[in-house]
Amino acid sequence: MKLTDLFRYLLITLLAATALSARAQLSIEITGAGANRFPVAIAVMEGESQLPRGVTDVVRGDLERSGLFSLVEMGPKPVGEAATPDFAYLRTRGADAIAVGTVVPAQSGKYELRMRLYDTRQEAQLDALTLTMTPAQYRITGHKIADIIYERITGLKGVFSTQIAYVVKSGKQYKLQIADSDGANPQTALASNEPIISPSWSPDGSRLAYVSFEAKKPVVYVHTLATGLRAVAANFKGSNSAPSWSPDGSRLAVVLTKDGLSQMYTVNPDGSGVTRLASSSSIDTEPAFSHDGQWIYFTSDRGGSPQIYRIPAQGGRAERVTFEGSYNVTPRPSPDGQTMTYIARTANGFQVAIMDVATRQFAVLTDTGRDESPSFAPNSRMILYATEIGGRGVLAAVSSDGRIKQRLSVQAADVREPAWGPLPR
Amino acid sequence: MRYPLAASMLALALLAGCSSTPMTADQGASVEDRTASSAGTIPTVRPDQMQGAGLAALRDPNNILSKRAIMFDYDSFTIRGEFMPLVEAHGRFLAANPQMKMLIQGSADERGSREYNLALGQKRSDAVKKSLMLLGAKEGQIESVSLGEEKPQCTERNEACYAENRRGEMLYAGEF
Repeated sequence: MKLTDLFRYLLITLLAATALSARAQLSIEITGAGANRFPVAIAVMEGESQLPRGVTDVVRGDLERSGLFSLVEMGPKPVGEAATPDFAYLRTRGADAIAVGTVVPAQSGKYELRMRLYDTRQEAQLDALTLTMTPAQYRITGHKIADIIYERITGLKGVFSTQIAYVVKSGKQYKLQIADSDGANPQTALASNEPIISPSWSPDGSRLAYVSFEAKKPVVYVHTLATGLRAVAANFKGSNSAPSWSPDGSRLAVVLTKDGLSQMYTVNPDGSGVTRLASSSSIDTEPAFSHDGQWIYFTSDRGGSPQIYRIPAQGGRAERVTFEGSYNVTPRPSPDGQTMTYIARTANGFQVAIMDVATRQFAVLTDTGRDESPSFAPNSRMILYATEIGGRGVLAAVSSDGRIKQRLSVQAADVREPAWGPLPR
Repeated sequence: MRYPLAASMLALALLAGCSSTPMTADQGASVEDRTASSAGTIPTVRPDQMQGAGLAALRDPNNILSKRAIMFDYDSFTIRGEFMPLVEAHGRFLAANPQMKMLIQGSADERGSREYNLALGQKRSDAVKKSLMLLGAKEGQIESVSLGEEKPQCTERNEACYAENRRGEMLYAGEF
């Protein structure tokens, strides 16, 4: 760990501890980084001192936590966007790219932020943009800038502006919370004395489907986050669970026991239009649509042990996907359609694994043994999951190549059931 | 179920209020000791539990009907012989009291996927339901559901605890 990293970690921990007195916030710790981190300089923006809270720190924090970048120290002197940076000097400092910016007051208490990103080797501008922000929007503005830098340099969409959903259990209280991808701004969408599991984001990010036990049995709800209004999506006799949205947001795959065993159905988000998806004489559960809506991946014990299968979303014959090991569950196809993450029972316990959809080659990604509920970031690069460290439920994230590892935890509470939200629209 | 109960208790309270002697000035300042009055104590009516003798049996610790939990082996959904007398007693009770309704909550131990464990708990509650129906209980009397691994009876991590959590719990209306 570099000194700057250590300092940052201490700062984050300190900030988290301060925040805890007001509200429990996820704090992020980096436990593994990419092999080749891209050296980038993020200069302090000119005029940023006018803002009560800086944007540069948010950008730097995002890029550093991603595990893909190393930050080249630029000192406290601001660098504006108007002048061409000193590329020769930046190269001697080892920076392959530099971001510079200027903050100027705009109308009605807002500020205009102009930012440019340069390649120091090609001495060329990679991107330029202007954002208008209120001082309170310093975090989301920083996340947007970090997303652009990430996308220009890695070629993948940045996910710093996204949100995550998860369940916090403290004592007998369960809270379904929504936070920024860095754990900031946690908000409670549902607080209950009964368990909440299996949150699933609607593709447009406006709604969450989940299972709540508040009626002393599992019932599937669809919760509109902006209004707090809830609709019952499935409350049939027996158990109702495992909601998962179709990519176009029009249907929910759910598991019902109204006709006997746990079987898969689709319903409209308002609970109408129940259609049986498949019939088996075994447990079929944990349905998840592929990115193109063509397939539904699911867990079934039809072969004697729980394994992952898939069927055409329009119905048809099931095809077995996992063969290795005696327990493979919770399939989650990646948004780019290339891979699938799932939980495999190995000699070390339950671990997050990834499989290439085309070749069916797979690899275990984690070194923990109580992993559950993997969830892809919208860029398919990171997988958020629940695990346990020191007897406490925490969230962790691992890159799809297994190199980058992060841990997100809340003090004195169990965190579980994470779901990574879609890209903001 | 809670609301009608609360409403009827409120109605009772209002009735009690109506039947009490109105306070008038000419009655003086004497305070009536209601608990010792000739009217005696007023029983509380609970519409959810109006089964008289049957209900008392469900609460009597010496009656087998007061026991509700059936434990299962690992990865098993078969009711073990030791629990058959308990299932038979409840099956006969439901058959004899067709107005009684039951919720069976199945559970699984905490190992593995929450949703898969929910399905395992359902298989256990379904197994209990099937046995009760063979003994004369009607489909409409019983709902079998699952709590998966979400409401463990025992929270330690050992085989004894896991065994305790692989269960089916029989609850009558008003008890959940």
